[in-house]
Amino acid sequence: MMYKDKKIVWIFLAPTLILVVGFLYYPFVLSIYNSFFNVKDLGGISKTYIGLGNYREMFRDRAIWTSLKNTLILTVAAVVFQAGLGLVLALLVDSVRRGQQFYRTVFFFPIVISATAIGLMFNLMYSYDYGMFNQLLMKMGKDKVLWLDEAKAMLMVSVPVIWQYVGFYFVIILTGITGIPKEIYESAAIDGVTGFKQVFYITIPLLSGVIKSCMILAITGALKVFDLPWVIANKGAPSGKTYLLGTYQYNVVFNAARPGYGSAIAVLIVLLGVIISVAVNTLLTTEDDDGY
Amino acid sequence: MDDVVLKKNRRKFQPSQLVLHVILLLWASTTIYPLVWVFNNSFKDKDIILVDSFSLINSSTSTLANYVTAFTKMNIGRSYANSLIISGSVVVLVMFFGGLAAYIIARYDFFGKKVIHASLIAALLFPAFATIVPVFMILMRLDLVNKHIGVIIPQTAGNLAFAIIILVGFMSSIPIELEESAVVEGCSPWQIFSRIVVPVSKPSFSTVAIFTFLWSYNDLFLQMVILRKRETFPISALLNEISSQYGGTDFGLMAAAVTLVIIPVLIVYLLMQQNIIKGLTAGAVKG
Repeated sequence: MMYKDKKIVWIFLAPTLILVVGFLYYPFVLSIYNSFFNVKDLGGISKTYIGLGNYREMFRDRAIWTSLKNTLILTVAAVVFQAGLGLVLALLVDSVRRGQQFYRTVFFFPIVISATAIGLMFNLMYSYDYGMFNQLLMKMGKDKVLWLDEAKAMLMVSVPVIWQYVGFYFVIILTGITGIPKEIYESAAIDGVTGFKQVFYITIPLLSGVIKSCMILAITGALKVFDLPWVIANKGAPSGKTYLLGTYQYNVVFNAARPGYGSAIAVLIVLLGVIISVAVNTLLTTEDDDGY
Repeated sequence: MDDVVLKKNRRKFQPSQLVLHVILLLWASTTIYPLVWVFNNSFKDKDIILVDSFSLINSSTSTLANYVTAFTKMNIGRSYANSLIISGSVVVLVMFFGGLAAYIIARYDFFGKKVIHASLIAALLFPAFATIVPVFMILMRLDLVNKHIGVIIPQTAGNLAFAIIILVGFMSSIPIELEESAVVEGCSPWQIFSRIVVPVSKPSFSTVAIFTFLWSYNDLFLQMVILRKRETFPISALLNEISSQYGGTDFGLMAAAVTLVIIPVLIVYLLMQQNIIKGLTAGAVKG
């Protein structure tokens, strides 16, 4: 049933519409517009139209390629390890008879902690002089390691980013598993499908929709990562090796004070998100799927 | 026949339960131990941490000095207050505006409804990077930079999409009969909303409140961009500042700061975890 009196509709919707249009849609459109300008100040007062100049600059900008490469690697790693580990842990927790609630609580809780705090925590572990890892190494009589050197820094930044959100996908997938009717397993057992076979022939196929949602969430999440890399490896330290598109964009806009170019990078981030999500969605859609 | 299968299955299960728990506890230790380590070290003098960060504190080595520094030198109390003002306002505004909009979308039929509903959900897809420059320009023109309200407004806008997804989902599942009788008795839409719909939708409002609070409290990006004066810093921004100033030197202070940031969130989480996990999966699975 629907109400007849329609006067109230726009009054109740107004605050939400004003905020969402004013602070999400309008700025987004403006970002696209600004990406065709050379903007010299954050107030956006002096700007000159340069057409595709910002986009052409991206091809010459080595830092963009580094951050694009890092972001794509992180995205793949996020899908494989976040959704993957989440699935494995969910399957394991589903088969234990005790302590399910404990595992849920403990696995999920890094998500509620701010990435800033987690970044600081990992800084304390990675620190060269007296960090947790090097203290462990010294206890074992080994030499200290520079954890955030050029070769390892990106890996070291990715580990906490991925670790933090494994529990998120774990909970979503576990909820999906709990929703599968018990009768399916019982009748499968009668047909001789048991143990591991049940996982591959029943659980995973029935979860395909949920797993796909998780993959898309992992992808869009990885493209948005900012806080953790910013705290652990400020400004792409060492020497820009750990820039992600998000952290590089911030640096371009607020440290290099080039909002126009930064807007072009923002457009690139959104485009990437849309393209990858659509691609994953199309690749993983089977005929009997009702879609994501 | 099936009895045999089930029995075999059960017998194979027994030793593997132990293996499963060992694997699961290994992962659990990665989420628990670092925090215990930080918490433990926050009560140690920084010179002791440098020598041995693993030993548990005892009465002779423990000290509150790091916390004293955090509150006096870093003025972490003021940052708590800033966080509370900002995140509290965001939570209230998101629940109020989101609730009104969700009620309309769940119950009314009007021109453009589908488009509006879809574009409200699609707003979830915009990363903060894609809007930050124009948002900053707008706030500068309105003279809201370095003011709490300058963070409150964009954070409210950014959290409305999630709120509406959750609330519309819940409100559409409420049986309409309650409201119908209220209409017959001549209640206004506002009365129906505030006296019937909101009380019945309480569980979904609490999910929205918890998540909005966590996201707002933890969101460093917007805090960093809009607030550039120390006295306006909420907790995350202050933490970021401490990290860049004392990162390499004062481990004790860092550990205390991390602990102080985590504790309120940890309390909220442990009290409300059922709501948090349920609400989250409802939103995410529906997509």
